[in-house]
Amino acid sequence: MAIAIIDYGAGNLFNVRNALKYLGFESEISSDAAVLCAADKLILPGVGAFPDAMNKLNASGLTEVIRAEAKRKPMLGICLGMQLLFEKGYEFAETQGLGLIEGYVDLLTCPGQKVPHMGWDDVKIVHPCAMTAGVNEGDMVYFVHSYKAVTDEENISLSAHYGQTIPALVRSGDIYGAQFHPEKSGDVGLNMLRNFARL
Amino acid sequence: MLAKRIIPCLDVRDGKVVKGINFVGIKEVGDPVECAIEYNRQGADEVVFLDITATHERRGTMVDVVRRTAENVFIPLTVGGGIRSADDFRELLKAGADKVSVNSAAVYNPDILAEAAYRFGNQCVVLAIDGRASGVVEDQNSPRYGQPKYNVFTAGGRKDSGRDVVEWAILAESLGAGEILLTSMDTDGTKAGFDLGMLNAVCEVVNIPVIASGGGGSLASFVEVFEKTPSDAALAASIFHYGEYEVNDVKQELRTKGIPVR
Repeated sequence: MAIAIIDYGAGNLFNVRNALKYLGFESEISSDAAVLCAADKLILPGVGAFPDAMNKLNASGLTEVIRAEAKRKPMLGICLGMQLLFEKGYEFAETQGLGLIEGYVDLLTCPGQKVPHMGWDDVKIVHPCAMTAGVNEGDMVYFVHSYKAVTDEENISLSAHYGQTIPALVRSGDIYGAQFHPEKSGDVGLNMLRNFARL
Repeated sequence: MLAKRIIPCLDVRDGKVVKGINFVGIKEVGDPVECAIEYNRQGADEVVFLDITATHERRGTMVDVVRRTAENVFIPLTVGGGIRSADDFRELLKAGADKVSVNSAAVYNPDILAEAAYRFGNQCVVLAIDGRASGVVEDQNSPRYGQPKYNVFTAGGRKDSGRDVVEWAILAESLGAGEILLTSMDTDGTKAGFDLGMLNAVCEVVNIPVIASGGGGSLASFVEVFEKTPSDAALAASIFHYGEYEVNDVKQELRTKGIPVR
């Protein structure tokens, strides 16, 4: 199985699989550790709240599986899944994340702007990486989030600006995280998913 | 900068687009999935399906339409029409919808907003409001005293609920609505431009995105709604259905006027 989409009971996993299928890549939605271990790549999607998602990962025993497998294969976190890659989250209460990328997740504070940051916004290329091949400065992707990652600039591939700088695509080694939804970002997003699937 | 969104809306009955759609140079298209694919190609930022299927038994066809659309179109998809419970949300989200809009059912049972937001997150809860000018605000204690009053209509715009649009929008946001789709019954179908007064009245009091709907019949009307109201998006149906304009024509016009679009 090429790509395993990690199912831990949070959010819409089918649209990620639909996008991969449309691009010609096989994937399997699974919560089975054996499937995640056998996969070439992992995708961690997610919609919802940080503490609830981590509780679900911890309760299902997947936290340790993901931490171990992320050392061996490329991984992509999407939206909340991206935020979970960091060390800590401050949504409702301080919560330990997966700790795969240095940094933490905190509430968006954009005076005079609506929260959530929802809709199409343009990205700036900070540090090009394999996933950003074919992405142009100013390309637009689809965001829906109320929290943002706080991390070193060296981990940021793409950023957006919404009253403040928001890490849009982060990367540490083969661990990637997209704050936006590549599966809902039209051709720009599909291109980045394809780049990931081809890693 | 966050782009202003242009959203084509399709009325779907029994799994087919009502009346069919005539895109430029293409024969009439009746399959909503094909229409969504075409609108995506034209640069639509989202697509909305409004299910007007009369009987509850046949609503399963909409789930199939949503599923097939989600397999082929990779922009946000909102589905509304006849939503009665949080379980209806679940069925459509599972099929691949990104957001679900609820209208009449929320007016009679506002808790549906809270329940859906709690279970699925407020990002997917769209409150559709059909509003119509109904005199002026008579309450002397209201900050809007003497200003135009708008009432919420239900049942496809046929029934006056007596509820005030502005107060309903405030309540809906507090309950968990993540976005408001505001249709003016006064301008809908007129192509005379959006209802700027009602849009501004609602935008002033909520901190969630507002989609303007009803009256978008010319390129100028889209420019006007973004220049004269803080609306986040504009929804229209017939202007796109008969090949008058493509979605990108509207966006090009907005771009030349300095309004941010994708």
